[in-house]
Amino acid sequence: MDTSTITTEQIWQALAQVKDPEIPVVSVVEMGIVRDVTINGDAVRVTMTPTFSGCPALDVMRRDIETAVRQLGIKNVTVVTVLHPPWSTDWISDEAREKLRQFGLAPPQKHGGDLISVAFLDVAECPRCGSKNTTIKNSFGPTLCRMIYYCHDCQDAFEQFKPL
Amino acid sequence: MNQTIQQVLIQKLLAMADDELILAHRNSEWIGHGPILEEDIALANIAQDELGHANIWYGLVESFTGVEPDEMVFFRDTADFLNVQLVELSRGDWAFTMLRQYLFDAYELLLLDKLQHSSYRPLAEACAKIRNEEIYHLRHTSNWIKRLGLGTEESNQRTQAALDELWPYAQQLFVLLPGESVLVEEKIVPDLAALHEDWLERVRPFLTAANLTIPTNQTPPTSRNEHTPHLTNLLSDMQKVARLNREAVW
Repeated sequence: MDTSTITTEQIWQALAQVKDPEIPVVSVVEMGIVRDVTINGDAVRVTMTPTFSGCPALDVMRRDIETAVRQLGIKNVTVVTVLHPPWSTDWISDEAREKLRQFGLAPPQKHGGDLISVAFLDVAECPRCGSKNTTIKNSFGPTLCRMIYYCHDCQDAFEQFKPL
Repeated sequence: MNQTIQQVLIQKLLAMADDELILAHRNSEWIGHGPILEEDIALANIAQDELGHANIWYGLVESFTGVEPDEMVFFRDTADFLNVQLVELSRGDWAFTMLRQYLFDAYELLLLDKLQHSSYRPLAEACAKIRNEEIYHLRHTSNWIKRLGLGTEESNQRTQAALDELWPYAQQLFVLLPGESVLVEEKIVPDLAALHEDWLERVRPFLTAANLTIPTNQTPPTSRNEHTPHLTNLLSDMQKVARLNREAVW
């Protein structure tokens, strides 16, 4: 590919193929992890932001993002990590929320910036049967971004993406 | 930023990073030993979050000094660490672990709330991010303190014993570093005396409601350069592998 004619749209499209390593049904773009793409001459700069700041998948995502851009034939790639504005689960697209649900992970409630208002309500809809008759079992789970609920209708546990 | 302010800020960031690192390491000692599987997982999560936060603070130090986080973590000795003694004490029993984490979480959430308005922008931005994660920690540990304090006679006694031991140590979180007042004047960090009042206002009634008695002894260790033998033991464990071969690639 002639890298001199590459557009930011093409780069966004390539990044839309990069999956979240811990939730391989959604991309880093749908998750709101990729914040910006800029081209300056032959140099491409991708700005990303971590979901949870201790997320061990962060380095993997950074590497995968860089690889995806390099595969377009671009040699000069910089991936920058920023903490501001802080990543929020509100940034997860509606399409990705549905994919999370189908994956068996209840999507996080939207909080509009007021996390405390939802963090203490413990409402989660069972991703299998849609029941709201659920109880939180643990606000921590197998990864930093998940918590564990119990569905009284399915009589089985499920995980929710933790609102942040 | 002038040289004096920068030097004190580096010490402050290092102190914050060391607090989180050492506490995370102590909590990680519970992995595989938690009272139930879910708590094992929860504490591992909390430890991982704190490590992530330490990494951010070390990263800010690096932006001034050029020294990489791994270098600071694995190749400094006991006397160079600036953590409070609270976080280095041996892990103790479950009541001790939960109470220590609760006292620290209550402090950290208040600190982060204030630091979101720091005039040092990278710190303010990082705090806005970390604060939201900390909400989950405080919720978890406060639930445990209630459960233990209001639980059986034994759980109450163990939590009271932990409080008697930890209370003076916790006060060290509010002792100023040498020269820290310049950071307060520059609105880089909040006034720790006011933060201490806020912390006491929250923690005291909470612990009392959990049927625990606030100890009268509250004389804290004075210097963050002074450590107990617990820290040396922890470091020899944590740094052992990294020091076996400095050139090893991870």
